[in-house]
Amino acid sequence: MQIPDVKQKWPNPINEVTIGATKEEGGTRSHTITVGGANSLPFLYFEGELPHPPVIALEVWDVAPKDWPEELAKYFSDVWDDAGKWAKKCVDEFGADLVCLRLQGCDPDGENKGSDEAAAAVKKVLESVSAPLIIFGCGSDEKDNEVFPACSQAAAGERCLLGSITEDNYKTLVALCKADRHKLIAESPVDINIAKQVNILATDIGLAPEDIVIYPTTGALGYGIEYVYSIMERGRIAGLSGDKMWAMPILGDIGKEVWKVKEAKALQKEVPEWGDHTQRGPLWEAITATVYLQAGSDILIMRHPKAVAETKKYIESLTG
Amino acid sequence: MALTGLQIYKLLPKTNCGDCNFPTCMAFAMQVAAKKVALNQCPHASEEARAELAEASAPPMKLVTIGTDHNKVEVGQETVLFRHKEKFHHPTGIAVLVEDTLTDSQLDDEISSINKLKFTRVGEEISVNFVALQHKSTTARDYANLTEKVVEKSDFPLILICKDPSIMESALKIAGNRKPLLYAATKKNYEKMASLAKEFNCPLAVYAESLEELAALTQDVKKIGVDELVLDPGSREPKTALDNLTRLRRLAVEKTFRPVGYPTIIFTGESDSFQEIIQASTYVCKYANIVALSAKTSWQILPLLTVRQNIYTDPQVPNAVESRLYEIGAVTPTSPLLVTTNFSLTYFTVESEVENSKVPAYICSVDTEGMGVLNAYAGDKWSAEKAAKTLEQQKAREKISHNTVIIPGLVAVFRAELIDEFGWDVLVGPEDAARIPSFLKNEWKGYMSKKEQR
Repeated sequence: MQIPDVKQKWPNPINEVTIGATKEEGGTRSHTITVGGANSLPFLYFEGELPHPPVIALEVWDVAPKDWPEELAKYFSDVWDDAGKWAKKCVDEFGADLVCLRLQGCDPDGENKGSDEAAAAVKKVLESVSAPLIIFGCGSDEKDNEVFPACSQAAAGERCLLGSITEDNYKTLVALCKADRHKLIAESPVDINIAKQVNILATDIGLAPEDIVIYPTTGALGYGIEYVYSIMERGRIAGLSGDKMWAMPILGDIGKEVWKVKEAKALQKEVPEWGDHTQRGPLWEAITATVYLQAGSDILIMRHPKAVAETKKYIESLTG
Repeated sequence: MALTGLQIYKLLPKTNCGDCNFPTCMAFAMQVAAKKVALNQCPHASEEARAELAEASAPPMKLVTIGTDHNKVEVGQETVLFRHKEKFHHPTGIAVLVEDTLTDSQLDDEISSINKLKFTRVGEEISVNFVALQHKSTTARDYANLTEKVVEKSDFPLILICKDPSIMESALKIAGNRKPLLYAATKKNYEKMASLAKEFNCPLAVYAESLEELAALTQDVKKIGVDELVLDPGSREPKTALDNLTRLRRLAVEKTFRPVGYPTIIFTGESDSFQEIIQASTYVCKYANIVALSAKTSWQILPLLTVRQNIYTDPQVPNAVESRLYEIGAVTPTSPLLVTTNFSLTYFTVESEVENSKVPAYICSVDTEGMGVLNAYAGDKWSAEKAAKTLEQQKAREKISHNTVIIPGLVAVFRAELIDEFGWDVLVGPEDAARIPSFLKNEWKGYMSKKEQR
C-alpha cells in the first residue's frame, strides 16, 4: 500500500561549531571536534543531514573532589590530585572526545584558588592531552571573571569552549573569547526566552553566533529532566525553522547533576529495593544522557566511564 | 482529520430551512466544523452524512484496551509529536518477557521478580504493566503450561507472543478471559489470528517488516472485523526503530492516515543490560505505545519507569508536591528549617542539596500552586503571610527550638515581613540551591554558635 510521505524539510541548519585548534590553525591539538550542522531533528537520518554525531566530554577538576561517591572515586582517585594525569586517563582509557576542565577549586565556598593556579591547571591539561578542551568556571560570576582572563590567555589560540556566560554576566567572557579565539557556552535557567536573550546580548557586543553553544541548564533524570527536554525540543525546532538565536548546538552538563541524586548515589544496602548501585549509578547517568540526546544535545559532559562507554555505543547504534 | 466547513456543507441538505436555528446551511456547517454545535441539530441530515462525520471525527490514533475492567492498560490515542504541544496522554506500557522454555522454579523466580518491579516516586506508584509470554519451545504444550502458571501467579494484563494460531488458541482457552493482546498477525497467519481475536474479543498486534506492508495488513485484518490493533513495524535495532516509530506517529497524527492510526509495540533488540534500557528509554521518548523487554532487575527498571513518568508529565499542569514540613535525615529541634515553594522541581532540588549537605534539616514547602520561587512571587502566589500560616499549621513552633527560618535568597524581600508575621529570626539563604550545602555547613553553623554565645 502507498503511504503518504512524512519527511520534513527544515530551512535553517544548526550552526557548526568547531572546538580545538591544530598546529596549522594556531593551536596545539592533534585534532578538532565539530558539532552541529544538522538540518533535521536528532538522529532522523531518513530525512536530513546530521553531519556530526554528538560528542562526550569527561569531567576533570583542578582540585580533588571531596564529595564524589565511591562509584566514581574508584576510577579517578589515583589521578585526581593532578588535573593533567586525570585528563590523560579520561582520554587514553575512557575514550573522551573532549576534556572538560571544571575550575571547582576556584569556588569561593571551597578552596578559593586564584587565577595563577587556575591558569596552571589549564596549561597542565593542555600539555598532557591533545584532545580539545572545555573550561567551565566554578559558577560564581565574580570569581569566574577574575580567573578567566588568565585561563583564556593560557589557552590562547586553542579554540577552547569556555563557560559560562549568563544574562547578567557575559561581557568579560565575550571579550576574552574574541581576543584569544575561543568559543562560548551561553547558560540560561530552564527558560527558552532567556536562552535566546543571552545569545542576543552576546552577539550585540560582537560575538559571532557560530561561536556559541547553548546550555539551557540540565536536570537529572527524575529531577526536572522533562522541563529541559521540552525546552531543548522547542528550541531546536525554533532553530531549524529559522530562529538564528536558537540555531546553536546544545550542551548537557550530565554528570554534575546525576551524581547529586540519590537514585545514582545511594548504596544497595541503604535502598535494597533499588538494586545494585554499581550498575544503577552509571545507568542513571547513561539514561539521562539518552534522554538529552533525543531532545537534541550535541555535547554531553559526563563522569562515569561505564556510562560514557554505553552512551558512545548508543550514539554509534543510531548513526552507524 | 476533522472535516472543513465546506466539506460538511456538502453533506447537508442545502435547503437553508433554518430548522437548526442558523440562517443558512453554510453558516451551520461552519459552526459544526468549529465543534460549536453537533450535526444532530440538523433534523434533516442523512445517515450517510452522520456516518461520514463520525468517521472523520474519530481520534487519529485509536485507543486500545488490554486486560479486563478491573486490571487494564489503555494505550494509544496520542495526538502530538512533541509533549510541549499538548501532552502525551497514555503512558507507554512496559511489558516484561517470560519464555516457555523456563523450568518451573526459574519461572517462579521471574514472576516474583516482575511482581516486585514497583516503586514510589514523587508520591506516585510506578510499575511495569504487562507480562509478555513468549513461545520459544519446540514443544507446543509448553506454551499452554506457561500461560496457566502465569495466570495463576500474576495479575498483570498479558501479551501472548506466538505466531502459530493453534498454539495461540490453546493459550487463549486458558487466558482469553483476561483480554490479552495477541501477538501477532502476519501476512501468513492473519486470517486465523484475526478470527481468534474476534472469537475471544481480544486486541491484536499486527507485524510486518515495512510500513507499506503494515498498512496493507491492517486493512485485511479490519475486513475480518477486528479493529483493536497494535502495530509492530518489525525493527529491532534503534536506528530503524526510531525511523519507523517517528514515521508511524506522523502518519497517524499529522496525516490522519487511518491504516496506521493505531498504537505501536516495539521490542528491544539487545540483551545487553545497559543497551536494552537505553533503547527502551529512547522508545518511551520517541513514540512507542508499548515497549517489550527482557530486563527484570530493579536497577534496570527504575530508571526506565522514571523516564516514562517524567516524559508523560502534563507540561501544562504545574507539578506540585504536598505542602507540608518535610524531615530530611535524623532531624532534632536544633536542625535548620528551610522554606521553599511546592513546585516539585524546586522542592526536589532543595531536597537533594540538603541531602548532599548531610546536615539533617526541615524543609517547609508552602503551597504556591506549583509555581517556582520567582514565578510565585511575581504572580502573588506566596507571601510572608502564607509562609507564616504554613509554618503555624505544620507546628513548626513545637518541633523546632532555635526559632529561625531560612528563606530562599531570591525572595530576600520577605525577610522583614516574615519576622513580623511569625516572630522568628529570618536568615536569607542562597539564591542558588547548589550553594545550600555550603550554606548549611558554614553560615548556618556560624549563626548557631553565635546564637548560643548570646
